[in-house]
Amino acid sequence: MTTAIELAGLGRAYGERAALDGVSLSLPAGSTLVVFGPNGAGKSTLLRILATLLRPTTGTVRVLDGELPREAWKVRGRIGLLGHDPLLYRELSARENLRYHARLHAVDPARVDELLDAVGLGARADDPISTYSRGMVQRAAAARAVLHDPELLLLDEPRANLDPAAAAALEPLLTGTPERPRTRVVTSHDPAGGLAEADVALGLRAGRPVLLAPAAGVTVDQIGALYR
Amino acid sequence: MRVLAAVLRKELRLELRTFESVPGMVLFGLTIFVVFHFGLERASVEGDLAAGILVVTLLFAGMLGLNRLYVADEEQGGFDGFLLAPVDRTWLFVAKATALFAYLVALEIVMVPAFALLLLEPGLGQALPELVLVLALTNAGFAIIAALVGAIAVRTRARDLLGPLIALPLLVPVVIAAAGLLEPLLREGGAGGLDAKWLAILGLYDLVFGLLSVAVFDPLLED
Repeated sequence: MTTAIELAGLGRAYGERAALDGVSLSLPAGSTLVVFGPNGAGKSTLLRILATLLRPTTGTVRVLDGELPREAWKVRGRIGLLGHDPLLYRELSARENLRYHARLHAVDPARVDELLDAVGLGARADDPISTYSRGMVQRAAAARAVLHDPELLLLDEPRANLDPAAAAALEPLLTGTPERPRTRVVTSHDPAGGLAEADVALGLRAGRPVLLAPAAGVTVDQIGALYR
Repeated sequence: MRVLAAVLRKELRLELRTFESVPGMVLFGLTIFVVFHFGLERASVEGDLAAGILVVTLLFAGMLGLNRLYVADEEQGGFDGFLLAPVDRTWLFVAKATALFAYLVALEIVMVPAFALLLLEPGLGQALPELVLVLALTNAGFAIIAALVGAIAVRTRARDLLGPLIALPLLVPVVIAAAGLLEPLLREGGAGGLDAKWLAILGLYDLVFGLLSVAVFDPLLED
């Protein structure tokens, strides 16, 4: 099995403050890494580095066989990011936003309509994003993140603001197909739910990795301890 | 070109949806003309004074466009959305400069007749083709510098101050050359012909700054 993500001594500092420090791991393609940790633990920073949006301060990062940041150009377009910010223009409709991203990624515009229907926004696709509820914005953002069918999907609390039905509707988009499962890095504050979908669990506290193990061997109590 | 068209279409659509830039620029420019009209205590101006007023007014009105150019991208994640795409980042600069050029043209469509009406003594009829050429070169210089400076300023807390503070000194050669070119056009009699020296300076400045901006824009977007 090929390796999708390889980190060695990864660190990132904002001025004097270390947001990430000494993160090393290897994630096989098609598996899911779930990252746990309290607010400010460095989860979002890790995702932004993997998305090529932030440069690491120390250590090495290999994503989809590209060394970051040197070979970021090689892997952009094979990565999808669903973060706290939906990356959608509020005054444009969901369809206009997705068509814009489809053009950037050279994706067939027909996929836009297909995805809008898949996330249940077909009927409101031409309304401005500013008129959407938070859950609807999250669904539109999820459609944007998977628009170009990325191999690696980075998900920052992807079920935030979603009702159970919407979360279930997004599931197949976020996991990929059985023939081609996506490699995923997911941040979560839900120990039981997070462990259920994880192949590997990473616990961060103040930017440092305090837990890294196959999810099958990690208990809910161990995750809960990260927050105490 | 696909990326340029995509970003440009998005820019123009956002402006048509929000009217955040052009109406503000026009209103501000018209207000400056009115202030000049009363402040100078003259019924009309011509020659170098007219050229100076027109260029400076367009410059200040254009600053509003500079300040708004990247705000939606910064506040709504447009930068990240663009940076995640496998595209040459220079297209963002080209699209922004082109959009601002279009806003300046829209501004001038209102401002130049208003200037002729409120302040200018000689008519513009004879000098119109030369005026269009000078304004096009001036707009290009302004749009290039503003698209570069705007990308720097928008990521700072004092962006509304920093943008003009960086851009204005860089625009001084454009202002001098544009005023030098406009002066004979706005003299009594008009159509005095364009000074080749100023034309070359303005064209060269646009070209050099355009190339420089293309070279530095990509690294500028890195964190």
